[in-house]
Amino acid sequence: MCGIVGLFLKTQRHEPELGRLTALMLEQMRERGPDSAGFAVYGDDRDDRTKLTVLSEGINTDWGEVCSDLEIALDGAVTHRMVLDHAILETELDGTDVRQWIIKNVPKSTVLGSGHAIELYKAVGDPRLVAERYGLADRTGTHAIAHTRMATESAVTTAGSHPFSTGKDSCLVHNGSLSNHNLLREILESKGESFQTENDTEVAAGYLAWRLREGDTLVEALERGLDELDGFYTFCIGTRDGFAVVRDPIACKPAVMAETDDWVAMSSEYRAIAQLPDVGDAEVWEPEPARIFAWSRT
Amino acid sequence: MTSLDLSTGSLRDVNAALQAAESGEFVITHPQGAHALACGLNASVEVKIEGPVGYYCAGMNQLATVLVDGNAGTGLAENIMSGSVTITGNAGQSAAATGHGGLVVIQGDASARCGISMKGVDIVVGGNVGHMSAFMAQAGNLVVLGDAGDDLGDSIYEARLFVRGTVASLGADCIEKEMRPEHLEFLTTCLTESGMDADVSDFRRYGSARTLYNFQPDDVDAASESTERSDG
Repeated sequence: MCGIVGLFLKTQRHEPELGRLTALMLEQMRERGPDSAGFAVYGDDRDDRTKLTVLSEGINTDWGEVCSDLEIALDGAVTHRMVLDHAILETELDGTDVRQWIIKNVPKSTVLGSGHAIELYKAVGDPRLVAERYGLADRTGTHAIAHTRMATESAVTTAGSHPFSTGKDSCLVHNGSLSNHNLLREILESKGESFQTENDTEVAAGYLAWRLREGDTLVEALERGLDELDGFYTFCIGTRDGFAVVRDPIACKPAVMAETDDWVAMSSEYRAIAQLPDVGDAEVWEPEPARIFAWSRT
Repeated sequence: MTSLDLSTGSLRDVNAALQAAESGEFVITHPQGAHALACGLNASVEVKIEGPVGYYCAGMNQLATVLVDGNAGTGLAENIMSGSVTITGNAGQSAAATGHGGLVVIQGDASARCGISMKGVDIVVGGNVGHMSAFMAQAGNLVVLGDAGDDLGDSIYEARLFVRGTVASLGADCIEKEMRPEHLEFLTTCLTESGMDADVSDFRRYGSARTLYNFQPDDVDAASESTERSDG
């Protein structure tokens, strides 16, 4: 099953309550995915620094020490703050370099995402508790994507929970299952992508990361993905200033979208969207299969 | 008239009240996308739902008249037996799936697989229908005032499909058929009953070529292709 919600604010009006609204939506999707949950929030966007969200499963990892080592190794300032088992690093260094350094040097850690605006949290357990523990409701920002997971393709672990990062400031949530992910993983690895789990969605994320790195726009990458990703999927994708939804050509997995002057929202079920302000005035529709719906904030 | 408020009452209580009624009029307020609302009704009650509903609204309807002022999710009026279900907005996929009888009116668009495996229901869609509508349809009528998506009437047994707009593509064994006087007569009555305003002469009719009824040795290749597709 799995449940997806996405909320993209077109105006500043609801930015202070982005987290609260996303939490209300996520709450409605609890039954669709009681195994684990996660959310990505875009906010506090600054050109001059990169944020990295790292899941730290090593009990003895001293992130102050990691930051000092990083500063020496890569020659640039790195600070950190902890949100339970998630370390949020902020740095003027290149995010890709820091990510690679952490993967190589910090055991039992998973880099969940990095970018100028994105922060990404995930955990095993009841989605309501995950949202509460990581303080979703208090967060502000421009857009958010969240997921509740009922695992089918790989183990119920925090690292296997959604959203998955697809490169700088990009992430993806997925309802469905991919049937060609093992082959695609091999192909992508040969093109330089690195994977941290056995999860099929991480492969879709890696695929988009590869295409975006090759210079595709998000829409171009998704169009190509319609040909090359085999299986069932409803994807919701966030980028630094954009938001997109796409379903496979058969469209077995549910999706509903709504739009007002102030926001665009998507979910697996309307009852999540029913929580949003002015929903009575929203245009509501089921996105057509194999069609890319995309918005950006300019 | 009885008013039931889903912002204060539970879905189970509201459905129980509707199912227990022998007659009467009900108004449901604040549905908030609730699933399986007004399901299993079996008496000539009138139900008006003020707002959008979730999955499987008015499923298995018999005799009752249900009006949804809003949109509906997957499986609207699934397996309807009789009575009528009308929505003012758009319907999610598989609307009126397996319906045996009665009338389903969707004033907006219907998504994929509208009328899948329909068995006698009449479906009228004011807007467009998505891909694979009337898939494996067996009996009844699908009337579309807008356009139809890909593979309309794929593997259709019987049932009549009337489309006013364009058809993206016809599914396996679905062909265009002649509009005879009885079809124009049916459309006139059906459109009036469903409150739709359209010129019956603008519609075209589609139905089964009946070539899949019996196995043909020459079709072995086609059959294996078709199996691969249905696995996807």
